[in-house]
Amino acid sequence: MSAAVALRDPRATRRLAAWTAALVIAWPMLALSEFKPWALFGSGNLAVIGGFLAGFFPPDGSPAFLALLFKATLETLAMATAGTALALLIGAPLGFVTTRALSISRIGPGPGRVQAGIVRQAARWLLMVLRAIPEIVWALLFVRALGLGPASGVLALAITYGGMLGKVYAEILESADTRPARALLEGGSGRLAALCYGLLPNTAQELASYTVYRWECAVRASVVMGFVGAGGLGQLMDQSMKMLNGGEASSILLVFLALVLLADLLSSALRRLLA
Amino acid sequence: MSFSLTAVGMVHPNGQRALAGVTLAARDGERIAVIGPSGAGKTTLLRVLGAALRPTEGEVQVLGAKPWQLPAAALKKLRARIGTVHQSPPIAPRLRAVTAVLAGRLGEWSTLRALGSLFHPSDIAGAHEALARLGMEERLFERCDRLSGGQLQRVGIARVLYQRPALLLADEPVSALDPTLADAAIGQLVAQSEATGATLMASLHAVDLALRWFPRIVGMRGGAVMFDLPAAQVTPGMLDALYASEGGVATQRPLPAGAAVEAAFHRPDCP
Repeated sequence: MSAAVALRDPRATRRLAAWTAALVIAWPMLALSEFKPWALFGSGNLAVIGGFLAGFFPPDGSPAFLALLFKATLETLAMATAGTALALLIGAPLGFVTTRALSISRIGPGPGRVQAGIVRQAARWLLMVLRAIPEIVWALLFVRALGLGPASGVLALAITYGGMLGKVYAEILESADTRPARALLEGGSGRLAALCYGLLPNTAQELASYTVYRWECAVRASVVMGFVGAGGLGQLMDQSMKMLNGGEASSILLVFLALVLLADLLSSALRRLLA
Repeated sequence: MSFSLTAVGMVHPNGQRALAGVTLAARDGERIAVIGPSGAGKTTLLRVLGAALRPTEGEVQVLGAKPWQLPAAALKKLRARIGTVHQSPPIAPRLRAVTAVLAGRLGEWSTLRALGSLFHPSDIAGAHEALARLGMEERLFERCDRLSGGQLQRVGIARVLYQRPALLLADEPVSALDPTLADAAIGQLVAQSEATGATLMASLHAVDLALRWFPRIVGMRGGAVMFDLPAAQVTPGMLDALYASEGGVATQRPLPAGAAVEAAFHRPDCP
């Protein structure tokens, strides 16, 4: 009798409850977002979609458009790269400040714990503010201040992506094995040295591939920002869509495919290098 | 006085008591072995002495300072003078042995030198010397994830030898080494203490190693000090009482008489 009780998983009930709760919460969300995939196959809808897609073929390959496309691609790449680089400059220091993995005052715990906690929390809030406002809003703001062109896109990306990078960097550093860094801090080493000797060797791969992934996102985000006048492929896409030129639009999409492929290659090359 | 603990008690946040009323002091340059069954509080004691853990009761004094009354900068300086060999070496696997050893002096180096040393090791000769003392000089530029557990443990010891601390703490420093290597590694820690005048405090599972190398033996059980005696006065009866219900006293394989004083390595792992 008692053996039967001992063999029952004591957490089974709690797990079942958690799954049930998740379903109960998820259902109204689907309802709220009007998620009705079957509507896609309703009368006439498929024909409309088909007609829209048919306009995309064949992709436009005229030299004049290709020259325009090339210039816009370079602009987008420059915007994404500069934006991600600036975001790195914002995110890396804030992530370094925010992460609990490099806290000296938590050892013991020692002196200055309250102050350090306040600084960490302030940096966390700053990161939250930076990424809470979508890049498109920043872009709209900067287009008004700086005029049309990629510069406003760069700034918008730097601010929002800086917030994202900082948060994720801090969390990657915390989820790695923090004992090497902690041992160094316990031996009186500084935070930056403990980061470089204790944490970066284990996390460089993760950090690099997340940064490249963010660069890839920045390439995509630059499209949306192009719609509000921040230049690059997005602005070109906007014009093509407005003129209902599906061939041009599909050429642009092919370029996107190539850019994402490039990001993927870059990421795996970096991971191999850092392995 | 190298360190002194007065009525130190430690209750972990989960409510588990690790130390109870430990009073212990050591002169400069003294060599002490801590023995006792698993869970006796040996690791906690060493962490308290290393200013890595703040006891919940009692008073700690290390190298002439009360660590928990120091401002942050002074505490950092104090920690740089304490070296700890950890039971499982906390070394990032992608570091090379040379970098892992040089990391011993991060507390002493400027941040600029520390970062520069990642691009080009700033004291290759020093790391080589420390590794050579443990028979590991051939692995100088090997990555630590290519080393065996025993080799990694010796890199951890080499790091502390390179650090040259004033207080050398070692938590089961030879648990992954075979008896011959273990004996030679303890010999190197003792030699370091003799050469630099550092106080050496090591927790050991192998009682015969403790009795052979350490003039003073502290027996711990249940978070308290059971005895604190010169090695010659420790009787088999005391050891039996210390390890009661543990299945007897842990020992190494008996060594030939000459091996104990011989510091040279035989290196059965790398012929």
